[in-house]
Formats: sequence, C-alpha cells, structure tokens
Amino acid sequence: MRVDLRLLLILLVVACLALLPVAALLAEEPYWMRFWSRIMILGLAAAGLNLILGFGGLVSFGHAMYVAIGAYTVGALRHHGVEGGLPDILVALGASAGVGLLIGAICLRTSGIFFIMITLAFAQMTYFFFVSLEQYGGDDGMRIASGTQLGPLHLDDTLTLYYSAFLLLCGVIFLTWRLVNARFGMVIRGARSNEQRMAALGIPVFRYRLTAYVISAMICALAGVLLANLTLYISPAYTHWTRSGELLIMVILGGLGTLFGPVIGAIVLLQLEDLLAHITQHWQLFLGPILILVVLFARGGLLGLLAPRQVSQRPAEEIDG
Amino acid sequence: MAEPLLSTRNLAKSFGGLTATDDLSLDVLPREVHAVIGPNGAGKTTLISQLSGELQPDAGSIFFDGQDITALPAWRRPHLGLTRSFQITSIFRDMSALQNVALAVQAHAGHSFRFWRPAAQDPELLEPAREALRQVGLQHRADVAAAALAHGEQRQLEIAMALATRPKLLLLDEPMAGMGPEESAKMVELLQKLKGTLAFLLVEHDMDAVFAVADRITVLVYGRAIATGRPEEIRGNENVRQAYLGEESLAV
Repeated sequence: MRVDLRLLLILLVVACLALLPVAALLAEEPYWMRFWSRIMILGLAAAGLNLILGFGGLVSFGHAMYVAIGAYTVGALRHHGVEGGLPDILVALGASAGVGLLIGAICLRTSGIFFIMITLAFAQMTYFFFVSLEQYGGDDGMRIASGTQLGPLHLDDTLTLYYSAFLLLCGVIFLTWRLVNARFGMVIRGARSNEQRMAALGIPVFRYRLTAYVISAMICALAGVLLANLTLYISPAYTHWTRSGELLIMVILGGLGTLFGPVIGAIVLLQLEDLLAHITQHWQLFLGPILILVVLFARGGLLGLLAPRQVSQRPAEEIDG
Repeated sequence: MAEPLLSTRNLAKSFGGLTATDDLSLDVLPREVHAVIGPNGAGKTTLISQLSGELQPDAGSIFFDGQDITALPAWRRPHLGLTRSFQITSIFRDMSALQNVALAVQAHAGHSFRFWRPAAQDPELLEPAREALRQVGLQHRADVAAAALAHGEQRQLEIAMALATRPKLLLLDEPMAGMGPEESAKMVELLQKLKGTLAFLLVEHDMDAVFAVADRITVLVYGRAIATGRPEEIRGNENVRQAYLGEESLAV
C-alpha cells in the first residue's frame, strides 16, 4: 500500500500548529506565536481566495480588499466607541458580503484577463478610498485601542488569537471540503472546466459563482478581523495590490484547488520571506526565481508534488488533499 | 400534420456580409428525426446555436412547445426540454464519465444551492446518471476520467449528458464528427434505438447515417432551406442534386 505523502504532510502540519504554543511557551519565545498567527491568518485569507481561484478558476487580483474591510471594521467600530466582539464579526461579515455582492456582480460579467483587471481596479479604488478616510488616519493608518472581545475571549491576547486563528482555519477548510464536494461545488468546478457546457445543460452559472465570490469575500473579512487583532493597527496598505498578489502566490504555490494548499502556500511564502530577509536585504530578488521554478516545475503546487503519481485514468474524484 | 414541437419563422442571422441563416422557416415534429444537411458553410452550426440560445438571431422567431423562446437565455432552454450537444466534444475533462452525466442530472434536479451533502454519493443524481450511461452503452466506463475516454466514447458521453437533461428535442451537432466507420455504426445504432422516444434535430455530414435514421431532411445552402422532405424525396430532388449532393451520395 502506498503512503499518501500529502496526507502525512498535512497531518504533520496540523499537529505542529496545534502544539506550537506549547513549544513557544517552553522556549519563552512568544514571538513564534505571533509569527505563526500571521501565517495562519493569511492562510485563512488564501483559503477564502482558493474557493473562487482554485475551485472556481476565477483569478481575483483584489482579495486583499476584503481582508482590509475586515480590519477596518474593527478599527472603525473602536474609533466610534463600539466595544465588544460580536459587532466586529457581524459588521465585518455583513460589509464584506455587501461589497462582495456588488463588486462580484460587476466583475463576474467579465472573464479571463478582464476579470483580473477589474478586480484589481476595484481593489485599487478601495485603497484610495481608505487613504482618503482622514478620520481613520488616511495614508498613515490608525492604531486600534483594543481588540475583539467575545465574552471571556480577548482576541488581542497572543495565545487566544493563535488558537482562534487555528480553529477558524480548520473550520474554514472543513467548510470548503463540504462545499466543493456538494452540488454547489460541482457547479463551481464544472464552470471552471467548461462554462459553455454548463449553460447548455441548463445551469445558470452566474448566480453560483457570485455566491462563491461572496463566501470567499466573507472568509477574507474574517481573516481581516484577526489581522486587526494581531497588529492592533489598520492601514490602507492592507488592500495594496501587492497584498492581493501575495494571496494569489500562496494559493498557487500551495496547490490550486486543494484544501490545504493555501495553508502550505502561506507557510512556505512567509517562511521564505523571513529566511531570505535574514540573509540579504534583497530577498525579493531571490524569492522571485523560487516562485518561478515552482510554477514551472510543480504545476499542481507544492502539494501537487507530493500527490501520488496520478494515472491519467484516475478522475479528480473527490477533493481530499 | 401534428403540431410542431419546434418552429422557426423567417429566421435570419448574418456576420458582417456573410449570411449564415436566411429567411429560414423550419418545423420539427414531436418524436421526429429531422436532419439538416448542407455543404460546409451552409449555416448548420449557426442554426443550432440560435436554437440553443447561444446566438441571438437578427430577425425572425423561434417557437418551442407552443412558446416563443427567441429571446430566452440559453440556460433556460434545457428546462423546457430543448438541449444541444456539441460538434467539438464539450465535456468536463477532469471529471469521471459518471460525474459528467451526474452534473447534467443535477441541472434538472432543482437548484444547486446545496452546500453540505456530497454530490458524489447522492443516489438522486447517480441513479439517473448511470441510466443515461447505460442508454448510450458507456456504463462500464463510468469511473474513467472523461479526458481518458476514446474519441468515440467521448462522443457517446456527450449524448448521455444531453439525454440526462430529459429533452423533448435534442439538437445533435455532428454526433459522428471524427469517428471511424465502426464508431459511426454504433452511433447510428444508438440513434435508431432512441428514435421514437424523443425528437432530434440532427446536423450531420455522414450521408449514410442521415439517410438511415432521418424521418425528414432539410437541405441548407447559404443559410437558406432549398428543400424539405422525406429521404426519398430529397434523393430525387433536382435542386438538391445540383446544389449539393454528389452523384455517388445519391446512390446510397
């Protein structure tokens, strides 16, 4: 019997993430928890993006916008004196759903390169919108007085934030797994594979894609709420196009349309950045070629490299990796 | 004559200066196999695309089952019972044959805003999908990836997907395209088996096949119908002989 290397890696990663705070506390390195919280938060946003990029085949170059909306929700509510945690989460989900519905309804009228450009355009508009919000610090951004509090849970506490991000990430991956294998997911994946045929079979693709787009926006907004709790700071930079690009890279690096790919991508990208930044100031110069190599030689991303050699007869039955 | 299932009235479509459909009025009766033949560029695929809603005609109307569907969006038409197949095989390559058909079944099993239960284990989808595969003789290949099927099998899958939408009228765009003689014979056999259970509008270049299965034939030349009739009438038609059919084809 073959051992599925992918499954092994995923189990290993999940176990390490679950136990990392113990190691951090023993080693008295609380920074580890903050660093890995950041990885999981961005992994969460990448998982949200993966829903439409990996499974839906739609290259959104503006998803950092929804992360920023989540973060600004926390900042704005605190700025206006709204305390407590539930409003943070509900407003972030509501705002991202509303904006996602509107922008998605426009962007999804286009496809291919036009979709990439129009999502980028909206993200840029959001960037300048946040820059122009003087009461929230404009260009400089703004400190957030306190984080999200859900009853006894204070998300701005390092350990609480870490496990919140961990559990939310696991929850979103589980949700994605159910979603992409259910009828809804079959429509989304079918539309990626052959949109014309979907219409010819009688399936109105648009409304399903829009739903997937909104769900992915909401997941990113949740990541934004966590990010605000991590940094206790908001800035228009959160919606800069390089942030959207980073999310794209994470998904592609880890493996498009795989459940754990975005997390693996987030880990590898942020670790590489960290590692290369320690060695040289010009780390981006070395990161670029590494990414190019992955794209050239690992079409299915890093998880694809570990997948059992697929015989061409085997269909992509269920998404399990 | 029975009430036609599908009618076009004075249908017209042109691309720039090129007339693809020219004042075309055509009827397909219930359970009839109606073949549309004509030389390359006669506008056969353009006609199918207008009937399926992928192209909008410039003028004229299309009626299906007593309803004017000229402006109806493409995805709504299969729900009325009007489904097309494609000349260039149009399948979901990364899914299994069974999944391909299951997706077609799903299209007609209510909405797909179902987020939780795995579709791959849903008997409501799989049973009809298996049945459609059986109909075209592909049941033994159900779990093979669509991309790994032989060309002829992909063509059969194409038909199975269309059948799974339970059409009253199936628009078949060159079902024998690219097939060897053996595969073609199988397809003719399949069409003969299905004949009488639903109506077909069949666009096909293989004259043997057309004359074997068609109840009536319409001959298109430059988008215009120059003749409609039973196969023997078409064979004997002088206009058709001159415009299109070679002597050897008529010897069939």
